Amino acid sequence: MIEHRPGLTVLSHIILLAGVVIVTFPLYLTLVASTQSAEQITQSVPMSMLPGTHALETYKTALFGGETAAGSKISGSAPMMWVSLVTALIIPLGKITMSMLSAFAIVYFRFPFRNIVFWMIFVTLMLPVEVRIGPTYEVVASLGMLNSYAGLSIPLIASATATFLFRQFFLTVPDELVEAARIDGAGPMRFFKDVLLPLSATSIAALFVIQFIYGWNQYLWPLLMTTNEDMYPVVMGIKRLIGGDSYTEWNVVMATAVLAMLPPALVVMLMQKWFVKGLVDTEK
Amino acid sequence: MASITLSRVIKRYGSGKNTNQVIHGVDAEIADGEFVVVVGPSGCGKSTLLRMVAGLEEITEGEISIGNRVVNDLEPSERDIAMVFQNYALYPHMNVFDNMAYGLKIAKVPMDEIKARVDKAAKILEIGDFMQRKPRELSGGQRQRVAMGRAIVRQPQVFLFDEPLSNLDAKLRAHTRLEIQKLHRDLGITSLFVTHDQVEAMTLAQRMIVMNAGVMEQFGTPEEVYSRPATTFVASFIGSPPMNLLKNAPDAKPGTIVGIRPEHLDITPSGWALQVDALEMLGAERLVYGRWLHGAGDELVVIRCDEARDVPELGSTIHVTPRADRLHGFDAVTGKRL
Repeated sequence: MIEHRPGLTVLSHIILLAGVVIVTFPLYLTLVASTQSAEQITQSVPMSMLPGTHALETYKTALFGGETAAGSKISGSAPMMWVSLVTALIIPLGKITMSMLSAFAIVYFRFPFRNIVFWMIFVTLMLPVEVRIGPTYEVVASLGMLNSYAGLSIPLIASATATFLFRQFFLTVPDELVEAARIDGAGPMRFFKDVLLPLSATSIAALFVIQFIYGWNQYLWPLLMTTNEDMYPVVMGIKRLIGGDSYTEWNVVMATAVLAMLPPALVVMLMQKWFVKGLVDTEK
Repeated sequence: MASITLSRVIKRYGSGKNTNQVIHGVDAEIADGEFVVVVGPSGCGKSTLLRMVAGLEEITEGEISIGNRVVNDLEPSERDIAMVFQNYALYPHMNVFDNMAYGLKIAKVPMDEIKARVDKAAKILEIGDFMQRKPRELSGGQRQRVAMGRAIVRQPQVFLFDEPLSNLDAKLRAHTRLEIQKLHRDLGITSLFVTHDQVEAMTLAQRMIVMNAGVMEQFGTPEEVYSRPATTFVASFIGSPPMNLLKNAPDAKPGTIVGIRPEHLDITPSGWALQVDALEMLGAERLVYGRWLHGAGDELVVIRCDEARDVPELGSTIHVTPRADRLHGFDAVTGKRL
């Protein structure tokens, strides 16, 4: 029975619209601020809600660096965005490969110490970042991986959660499929490539999106282990633009923030199609 | 030569104190081109036996040979077999053509040969129109035919069927049964077919293996199994309604069980005295349940009457005479035929 109560519909719409406004307002503010000049932002109280006219120069300065009207030197964020991009791609790809293979081994093979291995992976979930970050730094430093792409991404690749995700998924694959593949003559890796991989496409897509954003947003670890400005990710770049003893160019800060938000937003939008397609496709 | 030989085949699970033996030594010789059905109740070990022939289960003791080769240590793909599963086991992300071609691709068969074989199988099974569809776009019966097509293109020495009709509705089951019969007539490939349904067994088998709790109770033609069952289990498993196994028949030797099928009892003016306890009208036949008048416990005798005869009233006394040549005797302790 479909309820027909116009009052309720109007009320729910109002609440939802209010939610949308609350969520998008900060974004709008950032966008508007990035199109104005630094004096306009700091000197007009409250800040104007309408887009300004300084968009082009602000974004140019934010991306490629330069000197502003107030005399502060700003290093462009383009190289930092590149660092972020590389890390944000290496981490999900590495994570997916490693956890898929681990889950494959745990689910489909019997080997000595299998249970111990499984519990060891599980136990790593219990260690918070703060506990392991000191020792991780020491290891990375002694391996000479500071200030490198390898150092930025490799320590973040191993993941118990992703392994569990794939383990649970592999457990739903019917045994008969494995047996049919065995009779067809497919060895384990062949089965992995021809059957498991295509069937896991949705899980892989979901994991990719989540890990891309996670890798893109990494702040603590890069802060600890990079001293070379060339290896700073863009989220560190934003922080460095603010405060200190020099004058904060808020419009450039806002512009950099907008630029930093674009790639993850793009990834989510593009991968959404995959999710839906994958959800519709799943039916054995 | 694609005969199958099972020699003292034993299957055990677990080890040490937790050993569970599920198949207790099966010996059987299946001739080249024969269609053999393994039938039995759930848990009797028939699927385990099939899977041992397929190579999906380890053979604990004994030997299985396909053709003239002992296959105990061979991988399933090396045994020259093909299997049709109860749940079809089609690759969900591949279309029908790719499903059927997958095994051949792995065996590095050239593409035109693959296409030729797939087309031929598709014609036999009438699935030529679905080549580009994925399994989820097919009905259960169509999926089962694709699964059979996948088995046919391998051109194996042996077909193995693991309860392939159990997931189909009754009408489709009857139709597919006939298709499998026809397939066997046309291709003549040695087949091992596992089912719990005795109707499938009786209609498809050239010979049947009747299994119970891991023991092969009888291996014979449907006719032999029906008219000369080797044990009380076989006697009651095959035939519907099941054979009467009577401990209290008059003139029976002590320590024996008299077996007589409901259709071999006639209602006559004199003979065994029974009181009609219940009636079941099934349209084409009527079942009369009678209790011994000489007060021997609560053993019921089932008599099948055909349409022509008048059905006795509930509670009335009737007399039945068994057809002399259709009486069976079994040892009450071992259950074996006397």
